[in-house]
Amino acid sequence: MVDTLQLILPGFLLPYLDRFMQFGQELFGGAWQDILTVVWTVIKVMLIIAPLLLGVAYTTFAERKVIGWMQVRIGPNRVGPWGLIQPLADGLKLLLKEVTIPSGADKFVFLIAPVFAFTPAVLAWAVIPFSDFLVLANVNASLLFIMAVTSISVYGIILAGWSSNSKYAFLGSMRSAAQMISYEVAMGLSLVVVLMISNSLNVVDIVQAQGQGRFADMGLNFLSWNWLPLLPMFVVYLVSIFAECGRAPFDLPEGESEIVGYHVEYAGMSFAVFQLAEYSAMILGTALISLLFLGGWSSPFGFLPDSAFWLFFKMFALLVVFFWARATFPRYRYDQVMRLGWKVFIPVCLVWLLIVGCWMMSPWNIWK
Amino acid sequence: MEFKTFVFYFISAVLVFASLRVVTLKNPVHAALHLILAFFSASGVWILLQAEFLAIALVLVYVGAVMVLFLFVVMLLDINVDRLREGFWKYLPLASIVSLLMVAEMALVLGGTYSGLLESDIPQQDSQYSNSKALGRLLFTEYVYPFELASVILLVGVVAAVALTLRGKTKSKSVSPSEQVFVKAKDRVRVLKIPAEARE
Repeated sequence: MVDTLQLILPGFLLPYLDRFMQFGQELFGGAWQDILTVVWTVIKVMLIIAPLLLGVAYTTFAERKVIGWMQVRIGPNRVGPWGLIQPLADGLKLLLKEVTIPSGADKFVFLIAPVFAFTPAVLAWAVIPFSDFLVLANVNASLLFIMAVTSISVYGIILAGWSSNSKYAFLGSMRSAAQMISYEVAMGLSLVVVLMISNSLNVVDIVQAQGQGRFADMGLNFLSWNWLPLLPMFVVYLVSIFAECGRAPFDLPEGESEIVGYHVEYAGMSFAVFQLAEYSAMILGTALISLLFLGGWSSPFGFLPDSAFWLFFKMFALLVVFFWARATFPRYRYDQVMRLGWKVFIPVCLVWLLIVGCWMMSPWNIWK
Repeated sequence: MEFKTFVFYFISAVLVFASLRVVTLKNPVHAALHLILAFFSASGVWILLQAEFLAIALVLVYVGAVMVLFLFVVMLLDINVDRLREGFWKYLPLASIVSLLMVAEMALVLGGTYSGLLESDIPQQDSQYSNSKALGRLLFTEYVYPFELASVILLVGVVAAVALTLRGKTKSKSVSPSEQVFVKAKDRVRVLKIPAEARE
């Protein structure tokens, strides 16, 4: 912490920093270093979460704008210049609305369910790297951690449906939960292939492994990323992320005219937290796709420098793909959703797993 | 008290509390939720022991998949909470014998090996040591036959579950996507040319 502060603070403040450190040392003694570590970690967490939440708010805005342009409309343009304050106005409106609790509902579970849906999408950012060194916790099994944490978000859905004391919400939650679990299997299998070729569970290592190879030596980094040799897995993972986040065309809970979802009984802020969960899961999904298949922070061409900018650029491009899909695709029917997950994606994954396994054992192995 | 010790006692307290609530709560859904909390705390204890793969696998498999299906079943069952306590005294002797036996067995196993758990020296590894790698290497070299055998048993379980629920062909009308894909316009649409009739 002190090293970083010495780098970023202007020169005339440095003596004050030294005095502050001495003061702390005298006051707390040996515990001072521990306190500094904790404070510094909290600051880092805040530096990740605050932009993330702002990003979630403006993703909703960007979605409305982009879909508007795709449909030759203008999109929100009333609140603030170019409608830029629209997400804040929406948030304020939702905050001021009444949170209704259905009669016979399990009150505590009813209110905790949206939190269960939202927390995992934020928690997973603890191990998401932004560059070779810029990561909050560089743990060995970071990809496993992400998978474990994101698998918890299904509880938000189940508990929301059950605690609403409504048959519609309950059946909707069963549908959504079954959908999430089904696509988690396909997602896990496609990740197994990624792990096989990168020989690590650490996301930083996975990204660094993508920057090596024949094409990277020629300066064409974007051809050495995982998406090309694992093209079927890339497609499976991308579509599974759509289904995991409950985005169009897999947004069955949103189809209020034909089939209702797990959050029919939610109103006001408790409903808004579910929406926040959807959008933050979407941003996390784009980050994961960028890191695992699109080279993370590595630049597309050798002569350009690698930086976190490329990661954010890829995430934004993928977010636009998410909006694009919502603007163009019709909603899947539920049996089609399940068929795609179980009968198409899982066999494709298993076959490609076998192919890549044989490929790695053959003399043409490109991942040594 | 060292910080790690404090964390251990905190997690263990939560674990014991959650496990107690699993058996004492009336509402089975709440009991299942406390079971999830217990799994979570157990994985926290494993993280403290630097067994990160086991800890994450516990959350991934038990919390992320098994308990979800468990909750499905518990929620869909029509459980009458008032009648749950019936036969409590009738089954108490048998249940207490079984539980006492289990406690005795666990005490015998754990008492020998793990007494003084906190003082025992867990092999300290440097931060780059990968637990999952070591586990994978062992599983696929030394224990490869038991591992393969376990996977075959699981496969048999999967096939058995499918066979139990498969009851012949479904009578419901369902579309076959492969047939849908191969439909051509001329199979469905017939363009007829009808000459205009002259006005009388």
